[in-house]
Amino acid sequence: MSYLDLPLLEQAILTLAALTLASAFALLAQSRVVATIHVFAVQGFLLAAITVLVALDTGELHLYISAALTLGLKALFIPWLLVRLARQLHILRDWDTVIRPGITLLGAGALVIFCYSVVQPIEQYAAGTTRDAIALSLAVVMLSLLMLVTRRKAVTQVVAFMALENGMFFAAVTATQGMPLVVELGIAFDVLVAAVIFGVFFFHIRESIESLDVDQLNRLSEHEE
Amino acid sequence: MARDLSAFAWVLVVLQTAVFVAAAPLFAGWVKRIKCYLQNRRPPPYLQPYRDLRKLLTKEIVLARTASPVFRIAPYVVCGTAVLAAAAIPLLAVELPVSAMADAIVLVGLFALGRFFLALAGLDVGTAFGGMGSSREMMVASLAEPAMLMVVFTWSMVAASTNLSTVISHTLEMELAIRPSLLFALLALLLVGIAETGRIPVDNPATHLELTMIHEAMILEYTGRHLALMELAAQLKLMIYAVLVANLFVPWGIATTLTGGALAAAAAALTAKLAFLGAALAVGETAVAKMRVFRVATFLAVAFTLALVGMLSFVILEASR
Repeated sequence: MSYLDLPLLEQAILTLAALTLASAFALLAQSRVVATIHVFAVQGFLLAAITVLVALDTGELHLYISAALTLGLKALFIPWLLVRLARQLHILRDWDTVIRPGITLLGAGALVIFCYSVVQPIEQYAAGTTRDAIALSLAVVMLSLLMLVTRRKAVTQVVAFMALENGMFFAAVTATQGMPLVVELGIAFDVLVAAVIFGVFFFHIRESIESLDVDQLNRLSEHEE
Repeated sequence: MARDLSAFAWVLVVLQTAVFVAAAPLFAGWVKRIKCYLQNRRPPPYLQPYRDLRKLLTKEIVLARTASPVFRIAPYVVCGTAVLAAAAIPLLAVELPVSAMADAIVLVGLFALGRFFLALAGLDVGTAFGGMGSSREMMVASLAEPAMLMVVFTWSMVAASTNLSTVISHTLEMELAIRPSLLFALLALLLVGIAETGRIPVDNPATHLELTMIHEAMILEYTGRHLALMELAAQLKLMIYAVLVANLFVPWGIATTLTGGALAAAAAALTAKLAFLGAALAVGETAVAKMRVFRVATFLAVAFTLALVGMLSFVILEASR
C-alpha cells in the first residue's frame, strides 16, 4: 500500500505531524523570548488539530475532549500566562543565546534519524495509520530535550519543558489513539499547576540572583572569580 | 512525419528560450511595480527595464587599467549560463528535445559556473568593494547550494528522477495528495531562491549605495554592454527560480502536447502563476527588513533544515509503507 492510497484525511494527519516536527525545529532555532512562546502556541494548535483529525478518523469520542484541553491549555492559556509573566519580568523582547545555531540544527537532524531507526522495530506492533508518526513524536521529545540543554534563560527552558510534554502527548495520540481520559485529565492539570509554579519560581530566581540566566546558578560563592 | 515533428519541437525550443529571455526583464519590472504601489511611489512603465538595457547596450565600455581578460569574458559566461539554464527548464511544455538536459543537478552546476565567474570578475579589478562582494557571494552560495541539492533530492525521491521534465510529468499524472515532503521542499526552495537571487532580506537589489550589498558590489566596475549582460543575467536568474517554483509545485496548465491550443493555455496559466509569485515577492520584500550579513548563515541553515525535514518526512511517513 503506497502513500497515495491513503485517504486525504490520513494524509492531512501525517502532514500536520510533519509540521509539528518543523515547529520543534523552529523552537530550537528561535532566540527571541516572545517568538519562542508564539511558536510554542502554534505547536499547541497543531497538536489540537491532529487530535481532532485522529478523532474523526477513528471515531474515539474522548479524543475530542483531549483536543479541547490541548487547545485551551497549550495553545491559549499557557502561552498567554508565559507572555504575561515575561512582560512583568521585562524580558519579553529579550534575546536568549542559542549556542551555535547551525550545529544545533544539524544535531537535531541527526536526532530525527536516530529516532526513526529506534522506533522502526516498535512500529509494527502499533495499529492504525498514524503509526508512522511515532518516530516524529519521539523526535519532538528529543528536540525539546536538546532545547532544554542548549538554553540559558529560565523562561525558554520552561517552554522547552512544555514542548517535551507536547511530544509525549503527540506520541500517545499517534501510537495508541490517546491515553485513558482520567490520565489525560490528570496530566493536563499537572501541566497547568506546573506552569503556575514555574511562574512563581521565575520571581524567586530573579530575586535571589537578579537575572533569569540560569548559568549564574552554577556559581556558589558570592565573589566574582 | 517524425522528422517534421522533431524539427517543429526544436523550433519550439528556440521560441521558448526567446520568450524566456524576453520575459525576464518584464518579470523583474513587474516585481518593481508592485513594490512601488505598496510603498506609495509612482511605478516605472512596464518597458523601463528594456529601455535601461537598450541604453546600456549603446553606451561606451570603460575598462579599469587593472582589468584582465577574465573581467571581459565574465559577463558572457555569466549571461550564457543563465540563458542555457533558461533553455533547459520546461517553461511552457514538457517532453521537448532539450528536456534530456533539464536535469536539476545540471541546473545547480550551471548556476555554480556562472557564480564562479561572477565572483572572479568581482575580484579581478582589485577594488575593495568587489572583493567583499565576491567573498559574501561565495559565503551565501556555499550555504545555499546544499539546501538546493536537498530540495532536488527530495524531488528525486518523490518522482524517482532528477530530470525536471520527468518530475513535472510525474506530478501531473499523480492523483491529488497532501505530501508533507513537498510542502517543506517548497518552503526551502523559496528561501534558497530569495538568497540566490539577492532579494531582501539577504541582499537589496534596488541600491548600490550600501555597505552590505552583495551582487551590486561585484558588478560595480562594469559599464555599457557588459553591465547590460550582467543585469540581464540577474533578471534571468530571478525568472528561473520563479518558473522552477511555479512549474514544479503547481504544474497544472503546462502543455503536455505540442498543439497551439495547449501552448496558449500554458502561456496563460504561467503568466497568472508568475504574476502571483512576483506580487508575493514584492509584498514579502516590503514587509521584511534586510538582515545583517552574518545572520544570512542562520537564514540558510533554516532553509537547509526545512529541506532536510522534507526529505526525512518522505522517508519516515511516505516511503515506509
